[in-house]
Amino acid sequence: MKTIRIGCGAGYSGDRIEPAVELAERGDVDYLVFECLAERTIGLAQLARLRDPESGFDPLLGDRMRAVLPACRERGVTIVTNMGAASPRAAAHEVVRIARELGLAGLRVAAVTGDDVLDEVVAGGYALVESGEPVASLGDRVVAANAYAGIAGILEALGRKADVIITGRVADPALFLGPLVHEFGWALDDWERLGAGTVVGHLLECAGQITGGYFADPGRKDVPDLARLGFPLAEVAADGTAVITKVPGSGGRVTLATCKEQLLYEIHDPASYFTPDVVADFTGVTFEADGVDRVRVRGGHGRTAPDRLKVSVCYRDGFIGEGQISYGGSNAEARGRLAIDIVRARLAMAGMPVAELRTDLIGVNSLHGDGRNDVSPYEVRVRVAGRTGTADAARRIGAEVEALYTNGPAGGAGAVTSVREVMAVGTTFVPRDRVRCHVVVEEA
Amino acid sequence: MRLADVAHSRAGDKGTIINCSVIAFDPADYDWLVEVVTPEAVRAHMGPLIQGEVVRYLLPAIGAMNFVMSRPPGDSVTRTLGLDAHGKSLSSVLLDLPLPDRPDRRAVERVR
Repeated sequence: MKTIRIGCGAGYSGDRIEPAVELAERGDVDYLVFECLAERTIGLAQLARLRDPESGFDPLLGDRMRAVLPACRERGVTIVTNMGAASPRAAAHEVVRIARELGLAGLRVAAVTGDDVLDEVVAGGYALVESGEPVASLGDRVVAANAYAGIAGILEALGRKADVIITGRVADPALFLGPLVHEFGWALDDWERLGAGTVVGHLLECAGQITGGYFADPGRKDVPDLARLGFPLAEVAADGTAVITKVPGSGGRVTLATCKEQLLYEIHDPASYFTPDVVADFTGVTFEADGVDRVRVRGGHGRTAPDRLKVSVCYRDGFIGEGQISYGGSNAEARGRLAIDIVRARLAMAGMPVAELRTDLIGVNSLHGDGRNDVSPYEVRVRVAGRTGTADAARRIGAEVEALYTNGPAGGAGAVTSVREVMAVGTTFVPRDRVRCHVVVEEA
Repeated sequence: MRLADVAHSRAGDKGTIINCSVIAFDPADYDWLVEVVTPEAVRAHMGPLIQGEVVRYLLPAIGAMNFVMSRPPGDSVTRTLGLDAHGKSLSSVLLDLPLPDRPDRRAVERVR
């Protein structure tokens, strides 16, 4: 019986790169998927695109492609990724450029677009689920609105023999389900198989989180060699059952326990896992050990896809300013608390409402190493964070913490400050016929 | 005994809502865990870290429960000024839930 081997080379935008190379070179995979697009990442990407139309895709796209393209080309591995973020076409140009640079003439790179529904949700009077207010009421704070698209665009790109498929926002499991539907010819209303395939995609989409990452708890749940954590691959059969495994010799482990944790990761009602392609049902899923670092998964079900697609609306939501400073030795906590009182008073004098502030005391051994625990706490690190409407006001928070060096309690050490713009995410839903995918294929 | 002695957990987020799985190391403990790790017990244990009701889903096929809860508005991924924007450390809070002794004192066999 035909089996498709599909690996996951990244579970978030900053993920390790070597495990993907290991999968490409030694995983014997047919497909390598990179899931790199968190909810608010696309808002940040859109901001980048507004500054430069040739940007707006994942900042590590080039590094990842240079690392895996040669092995993928040599072994006929098809790459599917949402690293296109706000600019799948610019990302595809970049991959074509890199392919030429690497001498990979003829490499076919597809850009899948259509998830951008900003005009639709602003003009169409759609309301945010969280506030009930229309998206349009956010005015020029709105940066991006992207629908969670399904497998349609990926299927079209595979039908057009693309070697690398770059999407914007698609549902994470769709990155895996697309290739499975393409290979096995599952009908688009074969809800049972689409549900089973979605389970496989869900298990793989966070990469190392099913091979022992986000899992170890020393003495309770030990995992070998996390520094060389292997990323997962699934051997999927035409009936949607699969074996989850990893490259032999890589770090980490694939066990019943790692699979169970990942099945329930970011899940609400396990009987109704909504995706654009199917509502999957995880409640019948079972896992069975199938050798070392091999777990067989079966029992995923599904039912009719929803009529409406989820849309993430990214909007600017002010700034967060932060400052930190440490105090050590006996009476450290009292000096830390005094420092906080001073900063609160200073910010109040500057007219900043105290309700916007959060203060923390952190610390174990950052100042003078281990072994100085005759007083407790031996050290505290003061952290002050505040939300503001402007970057200038946010900077003021860090500045007041830093000024404690010469104006605050004795022995203040190691102040750092930061300012960041907050990208908030709201939710709305659009009828699925408003999301039309479009595929462009370029050749290196 | 604490929950961590007999079960493991992973936290995930969707905006202001978080979920924590509770998975029995030994499936034989599952029915007992369903009895003692109730939504009310979780609600009380999590205290001000969450707000409103705790919803529990059961997955007997894998000896697991899924707890879905809301964080206070100020603690959402977007709004929080705290370090743990995603609530990823909340599974560690849940695992410290004190449990009554098990009816039978089987040695803890961790199924991996």
